Amino acid sequence: MADTPDTFKGRRWHDMGGDAAGPVPTEQHDFHLWEKRVDALMILCSGKGHFTVDGLRRVLEDMGPDAFETMTYYERWIAAVNQNLIEAGVYTTAELGARMSDIAARGPTYGEASVG
Amino acid sequence: MPHDHHDHLSPSGHPYRVDDDHPLTYWQQMEIAVRELLIEKGVTTAAEIATQIDAMDARSPANGAAVVARAWIDPAFRADLLADGSAASQAMGFDVGPMKLIAVENTADIHNVIVCTLCSCYPRNLLGLPPDWYKSRAYRSRTVKEPRKVLAEFGVTLPDHMTVRVHDSTADMRYIVIPARPSGTEGWPAADLATLVTRDSMIGTGLAKLPDA
Repeated sequence: MADTPDTFKGRRWHDMGGDAAGPVPTEQHDFHLWEKRVDALMILCSGKGHFTVDGLRRVLEDMGPDAFETMTYYERWIAAVNQNLIEAGVYTTAELGARMSDIAARGPTYGEASVG
Repeated sequence: MPHDHHDHLSPSGHPYRVDDDHPLTYWQQMEIAVRELLIEKGVTTAAEIATQIDAMDARSPANGAAVVARAWIDPAFRADLLADGSAASQAMGFDVGPMKLIAVENTADIHNVIVCTLCSCYPRNLLGLPPDWYKSRAYRSRTVKEPRKVLAEFGVTLPDHMTVRVHDSTADMRYIVIPARPSGTEGWPAADLATLVTRDSMIGTGLAKLPDA
C-alpha cells in the first residue's frame, strides 16, 4: 500500500543514504542576504548556548519529507531556529506573531520590510 | 544593487538569488522577526550578525587549498593533518570549532569522497558553504551506494583497481579529502600548488588540476 509509514523502513525520511535517486543536480545559486542571516543566527544562537545543533536537527527531521521538497534549505533552517528559540524561552509565539504582522505591513519586499 | 541584473551572472558565475525587490515571503518575514527579537532581547546585535556574515563570506575553498598545498610539500604537516585535522587546520589559522575534522588522503590506489547522507555537514571552515548539489537528495542518497556512478557524473572515472572510500559526515565530524598531487609540480611553491586544488577535489568529486590545464 502506498502509505506505509516510515517506521516500517526502520529509518526516518532524512536518513536517505542508499535510496535510489536521479542524477545529481548541477544548478547552483549564490546565497541571498536573508539566507546568510539565517545561517549567522544559527551559529550565534547555538554558540551562545540557546540551543544546539542537535536541537536544529531534531526540528528539521520532524518536518518530514514534504518540507524537504517544498521548502528551501534556509526556509527549513529558519523554521528550526525559531522553534528552538521559542522552546528555549528567548521569546514567545505571541511576540513572534505580532512582529511578523508588523513586518508584513512595512512593505511588500524584503528590502522594505527589513529595516535593519 | 542594480535592478536590471536578472539576466546576468554573478562574479562567481552563478545566477543571482532572487533580489530584495521580489515579494516578501513568509519565511523571510520570520527571519526578520527572529533577528529583531534577538537583538531587542540582547541575545545578539546587528553588528555581531554582520561580522558573522563577513566571516562566512571570507571562508572559501582557498582555505582548504592552502592546507592541502602545505600537506603536499611539508611531510611533518601532512602527518599532523592526517593525525588530527582539527589541530593542524587550527595551526594554519583556520579554526574548525569544536567539531572533529578528519583528513583523508587520495593515493594511487585509493580515492576518497565525502557526503552527508543525513543533511549537509561539510568542512565549511575550510571550504565555505556547501554547494547546492551536496545538499541534494540525489547526492546524499546515491553516493554511499553507487559512488563510481556519481563520480562519473562529475567527470571522474576511476580505474577498476582503485578502491573508492565514501565517508559519511555527521554534525560533529567532518571530512576533507587531500587530493593526489599532480605530477609535473615538483619544486612548486605552496601558493602555486594551491591554485591546482579545487573545491571538488577536496570533496572527492574532482581531482586536482593538472599543471598545464
